[in-house]
Amino acid sequence: MSSDTYAPPLAPAYPPGGRSIFEADARYQVRRGVARLMAVLVGLAALGAVAVLWIILGYVIWRGLPAINWPFFTQRPLPYGEPGGGVGPAIAGSLVLLGVASTIGVPIGLGAGIYLSEFGRGRFADAVRFCGDLVAGLPSIVVGVFIWALLVRHVIGHFSGLAGAAALAIIMVPIIVRTVEAMLRLVPHTLREAALALGVPQWRVVLSVVLPSARAGIITGVVLALARAGGETAPLLLTTLGNMFFNWNLSQPTAALPIQIYNYAVAPYDDWHTKAWGASLVLIAVIGILSVLTRLATRGKKLA
Amino acid sequence: MASPPSRTSSAQTARSAPYNHDNPSDPPDFGTGGTVSLRWGDFLFQTSSVAAAASILVVLAALFVLLVVDSRESLVRYGIAFATSSVWDNVKEQFGALPYIYGTLVTSAVALVLAGPIAVGAALYVAEYAPAWIRTPVSFTIELLAAIPSIIYGLWGFFVLTPVMRTTVEPALQRIFGPIPVVGILFQGAPIGKDLLTGGVILAIMIVPTIMAISREVILAVPPAQREGMLALGATRWESLRHAVLPYARAGIAGAAILGLARALGETMAVTMVIGNSSRAITGSLFTPGYTMASAIANQFTEADTAIYFSAIVEVALVLLLVSIAVNIVARLLVWQIGRGDPAALGGVLV
Amino acid sequence: MEEQKKEQEVSLKHLDSNGRFAGTRRRWFGVIGGAAGAAALAACGADQTATPRTAPAPTSGAASTQAAAAIPGSGSIAGPYPGEAKQLTGAGATFPAALYSKWFTEYHRLTGVQVNYQSIGSGGGIKSISDKTVDFGATDGPMTNEQLSATKGGDIFHIPTALGAVVATYNIPEVPASTKLRLSPETLAAIFLGEITKWSDPKLKADNSGVNLPDKDIVVVHRSDGSGTTYIFTDYLSSVSPTWKEKVGFATSVNWPKGLGGKGNEGVAGEVKQNPYSIGYVELIYALQNKLGVAQIKNKDGQFVDPNLETVTEAAAGVASTIAPDLRASIVNAAGPESYPISGFTWILAYKNMAEEPKAIALSRMLWWATHDGQKFNGDLGYAPLPLEIIKRGEEKIKGILVNGKPAFPNK
Repeated sequence: MSSDTYAPPLAPAYPPGGRSIFEADARYQVRRGVARLMAVLVGLAALGAVAVLWIILGYVIWRGLPAINWPFFTQRPLPYGEPGGGVGPAIAGSLVLLGVASTIGVPIGLGAGIYLSEFGRGRFADAVRFCGDLVAGLPSIVVGVFIWALLVRHVIGHFSGLAGAAALAIIMVPIIVRTVEAMLRLVPHTLREAALALGVPQWRVVLSVVLPSARAGIITGVVLALARAGGETAPLLLTTLGNMFFNWNLSQPTAALPIQIYNYAVAPYDDWHTKAWGASLVLIAVIGILSVLTRLATRGKKLA
Repeated sequence: MASPPSRTSSAQTARSAPYNHDNPSDPPDFGTGGTVSLRWGDFLFQTSSVAAAASILVVLAALFVLLVVDSRESLVRYGIAFATSSVWDNVKEQFGALPYIYGTLVTSAVALVLAGPIAVGAALYVAEYAPAWIRTPVSFTIELLAAIPSIIYGLWGFFVLTPVMRTTVEPALQRIFGPIPVVGILFQGAPIGKDLLTGGVILAIMIVPTIMAISREVILAVPPAQREGMLALGATRWESLRHAVLPYARAGIAGAAILGLARALGETMAVTMVIGNSSRAITGSLFTPGYTMASAIANQFTEADTAIYFSAIVEVALVLLLVSIAVNIVARLLVWQIGRGDPAALGGVLV
Repeated sequence: MEEQKKEQEVSLKHLDSNGRFAGTRRRWFGVIGGAAGAAALAACGADQTATPRTAPAPTSGAASTQAAAAIPGSGSIAGPYPGEAKQLTGAGATFPAALYSKWFTEYHRLTGVQVNYQSIGSGGGIKSISDKTVDFGATDGPMTNEQLSATKGGDIFHIPTALGAVVATYNIPEVPASTKLRLSPETLAAIFLGEITKWSDPKLKADNSGVNLPDKDIVVVHRSDGSGTTYIFTDYLSSVSPTWKEKVGFATSVNWPKGLGGKGNEGVAGEVKQNPYSIGYVELIYALQNKLGVAQIKNKDGQFVDPNLETVTEAAAGVASTIAPDLRASIVNAAGPESYPISGFTWILAYKNMAEEPKAIALSRMLWWATHDGQKFNGDLGYAPLPLEIIKRGEEKIKGILVNGKPAFPNK
């Protein structure tokens, strides 16, 4: 560690008993020792946090790889005892759910984000910001209970992919709002002023000038939201229920990767456990790829 | 909800203040000025963006109302006893959520005690110690840790962590701390690996990235002059951190920890898979299988086959909602002290 | 992987050692399946009831005889039917989930109808059908009168689909699964009440002379969700232990005096497998598939009985003729020297009056297929097929499913 680079080179030269804060050589040594110890501890903490990730990732890859083959992506889950079978419906279902959730969540998140950055002052805007933070902090199971009570029980009347997508949209919106607001604020005001000076109406300024220049950041927000929603399990258990078959009908229960992982994991069959790890690998790979892409897209820009 | 009047009033507020180029939180007013009505395009645009913003309020309000309505029966029937009774008995129709509240608090506390020092340490390392080339990969790795879905932590906890806890960690803890009075109470009973302690450990792993990312931002936001002044006085690097940086960042770090706590309180799947799922949690020992509020809902919500049972489980959701809102408010107030002037400044890391 | 499967097959064969189920049954089924649907229906009557007597399994018990015969009415569902819904959703009991997932995979191959079954627990099945959030529910604990009167869609039929055994399954490293632990009702109740806490307890030792029971704490595993398996198990404990009845009672979910919870039969089997010195209760097949120890339980006649198809069928035999008209019945602690005391029916719950015709047709056909053709899969998966009398009683219910006041079942 380079902790002692800050030790003033003249320190030992002070006479013992002098008026400096380096009162004694021995005390200085102790202080330097503490500094080094803390440097090591702090480094260990970082190492520990990083190590945990690699241990978990390593396990998922090690246990999951044996499950990965082509039929694993295309076939539907088979009953116990029949060889083969895969997570095809779950992958398709997750994609459909995320697609629909984005269709609901992105316009709302974008709209609210634009409102907060372009118009948002006063009590109403503060309330929106505050509630956005609260929604972001909602336990996802509570979102599931809410959507069950509202959509599954009443409006739609049964378990369905649409209800699941609505739950995921609620989870996505605050994340998008936050990033959109932060990103739009980074767009220089001079850009807006220049466009307005040309007589362009504000809505065109926002849509044609402000949004495009914040594009990378907005995409980041959406991708972050997708990554978060794609891994949600608890609200889906109460809303989409799960499905053994491929299903493209949103009014019917739909499979999803996290539900499939859960069902495979808690079952007592070794083969299903392998499949749970395999499905986890698929899920992590998708989220990892999204994260890396985001990282690349926003490289050089500080994410707010 | 979203109506032109609110738009007009906000536009008026905006006009009253002079535009300040240097303050990013004060964007210029781009309204078309005066009392002249907005062009229809702008009107439509503003209205729809206000509507989008308002929908967030509507959802939150609807959520609260629906939970209250659905838990009405239980609220009326049990009153405060719901939170103080520890009997959860479907057969006898007695519902007291104390074991779930207790399980939630204990696992979250364990998580905070374990994750706090590690996360703040890692944040200090990344912000203050790490050479530039190591900073990005470490930050990225820890952010990735935040992106791993809860279900995968659960899977790992279920198959990997639980056996290790049962065979190695818990017996060792029992050997070391068991004989000590008071502390020993925490480590009584047969180590089975599926208990409050394991739930706390998995939560700790999950909240490290949250606490770490925010703490890092908060530490980076401490003015360099703070450190430099201390170092100029001849302090070691640790002393400058300990006496100049950390006190300055204290509120923000506390906020980070509490945001971590908020995440821990509401976490569902990972905990459900390792906590043991038993309604008899209150023994004082961490080696007791238990339930958190979230895992109780996950396990019992679709099962609640009588009206009062259903109402009671919705009330658990309501309690969880209120607790998490309270914790979030406290956390955000603390974090905002640091990021004041730009509430969204820390937005990116709060995910 | 391959090896594992072989072992699996061996253990299942062991289960039905009395009859060569699969082979025999499939041959019979082929013949009947080839016959015209109408003929098969007509066969409901006399001539097929004779089949059990001529079945080529003279030494076997009731179950294998039953299984060897094609059930009258089999084969009438031979393919898709015009106007039926292509998707059905069901949810509920995890107890028959292994069987249902097999059934519905086969049924999909036969008719193209996707029957999506999610095992969320019997409590969930009852709640979901009551709320009409699914097309059918499934449970192993019959609905209570109170529950029946609180449904959103009116009358609900209980249609029995299979018989199963709830077994006490354990994981004691010192005791191989081949050594059957013997449990009396009293000790079983005491273990789950937390009164017996060590495997070396004298009461356990008394019933198990010669077994090396270790001086270890017993880890009790129970269900964390509402469950028909729990219903059968606690129904049994209540019927044999007054203390249990008074302290805990019976329901799809109870307030457990002790232990850790697993979600679903899968979850409990998983917990028992993972935790040494544990004991739990699961549907028979979950214990066998995991090669977990299965205890012999002392029945009403004082015999220690293995749970298997014969002993379960034996337990059901007594009630077949006396079963209530609504087909709700408990067969725990049944009399008879060979009957396994913790046995039970599992039911599919369906509304009597359905609003959507396509769904009503699809559901009634699926139920018919399941209670007739589907029964041939029961044995292989560790569920006892239904007694013929019960199937016939079920037929009345299936034909009684109405859509707009008219019977929905198209008879083919």
